[in-house]
Amino acid sequence: MPQLLRVARVRRETADVATLELTPASPFAFTAGQFNMLYVFGLGEVVISISGDPARDDRIVHTVRAVGAVSGAITRLRRDQVIGVRGPYGSCWPVAESEGSNIIIVAGGLGLAPLRPVIYHVLAHRERYGRVVVLYGARSPADILYGGELEAWRRRLDLDITVTVDHAAADWWGNVGVVPALIPRTPVDPDHAVAMVCGPEIMMRFTVDALRQRGLAMERIFVSMERNMKCAIGLCGHCQFGPAFICREGPVFRFDRIAPFFSAREI
Amino acid sequence: MQGLERIVLEQPFFAGLGPEFGAAISGCARNLRFAAGAYLFREGEPANEFYLLRQGLVALELHSPGQQPIVVATLHEGDVLDGSWLVPPYRWTFDARASELVRVLGVDARCLRDKCEADHDLGYELMKRFAGAMGERLRATHLQVADVYGPRRS
Repeated sequence: MPQLLRVARVRRETADVATLELTPASPFAFTAGQFNMLYVFGLGEVVISISGDPARDDRIVHTVRAVGAVSGAITRLRRDQVIGVRGPYGSCWPVAESEGSNIIIVAGGLGLAPLRPVIYHVLAHRERYGRVVVLYGARSPADILYGGELEAWRRRLDLDITVTVDHAAADWWGNVGVVPALIPRTPVDPDHAVAMVCGPEIMMRFTVDALRQRGLAMERIFVSMERNMKCAIGLCGHCQFGPAFICREGPVFRFDRIAPFFSAREI
Repeated sequence: MQGLERIVLEQPFFAGLGPEFGAAISGCARNLRFAAGAYLFREGEPANEFYLLRQGLVALELHSPGQQPIVVATLHEGDVLDGSWLVPPYRWTFDARASELVRVLGVDARCLRDKCEADHDLGYELMKRFAGAMGERLRATHLQVADVYGPRRS
């Protein structure tokens, strides 16, 4: 059953994206990559990844894009309104297993939200990791998420961040181009790197191709998959992806385990 | 090996090219620099020179009357700016603006085209490299046109 949680804060990220901070009734523990089911009374339930800091158990943070009736209603919530939450569910990014490695985080669009907990974790334990590279692609400068945080992270000397957009006006001084095109220039040793990728599936497919060409083994690439979910506990089969249920075995998969299905048109 | 020939052969774009080809290309080449904000070329102008970016960033722009230009790509060190010099009508199809101080290797297009006509081995080596670079750019363009971050289509 969902818990009823109160909205503590809402931040408008872009025209159709909002970040909600919810106050849990008791300490809420999760690992980077997991998701919650958010329930809007009278409308329904949607799966939303957790985008907050895993070290903080006093807030549940979700970044939501208005794409349908439920997600649209969530983005219109205001402070002190109530929402149903059940979770956390699903697998997590390999943050502990990747200690000692270089980290390549590749996010596209809203895909930065489920990867933001990885960035928080890595920065909180920076000495445990080698070179850390964040490549983030958005549609346009107006669609960039977490602009203030990205700017603060960019100023750090121990983190390489590149933000690129698909198109921009001439007053944009950042990069224009697609995020997979940044990978050949990524200054890390592929033999000692782990890549974590999240975004639209087309973007992930091009990104995985570029990472493979860069020399990363399939076992060192992790992707977060998305399908319609209903139960979130591996019973209903709505999110079946080949032999796996994304809600139970995913959403984060080591790439070699899903490679045979990753580009299948009928799945 | 002279300075310019060495610079030519050091470029990743020319990796694996024999020294005789390096000498042929460098015979048509010169070093150029452009200040931030300067245009290397503009759409519709004759593509008289082939540019290889050695340092800095270049914005490829499309202009529209009365509106701000749209930046369609940022080019980086090691990139070729465009292939318009290689195929008729030899006119640039974008504006190219230096986003910061830029150093390029500029190669006289007619000089190089004549050498490629005279030596098809050189022409084939160059064509292979350009086909690869333009293919990558086309692939990236497909992804941009697909608007993968836009609203989902059912």
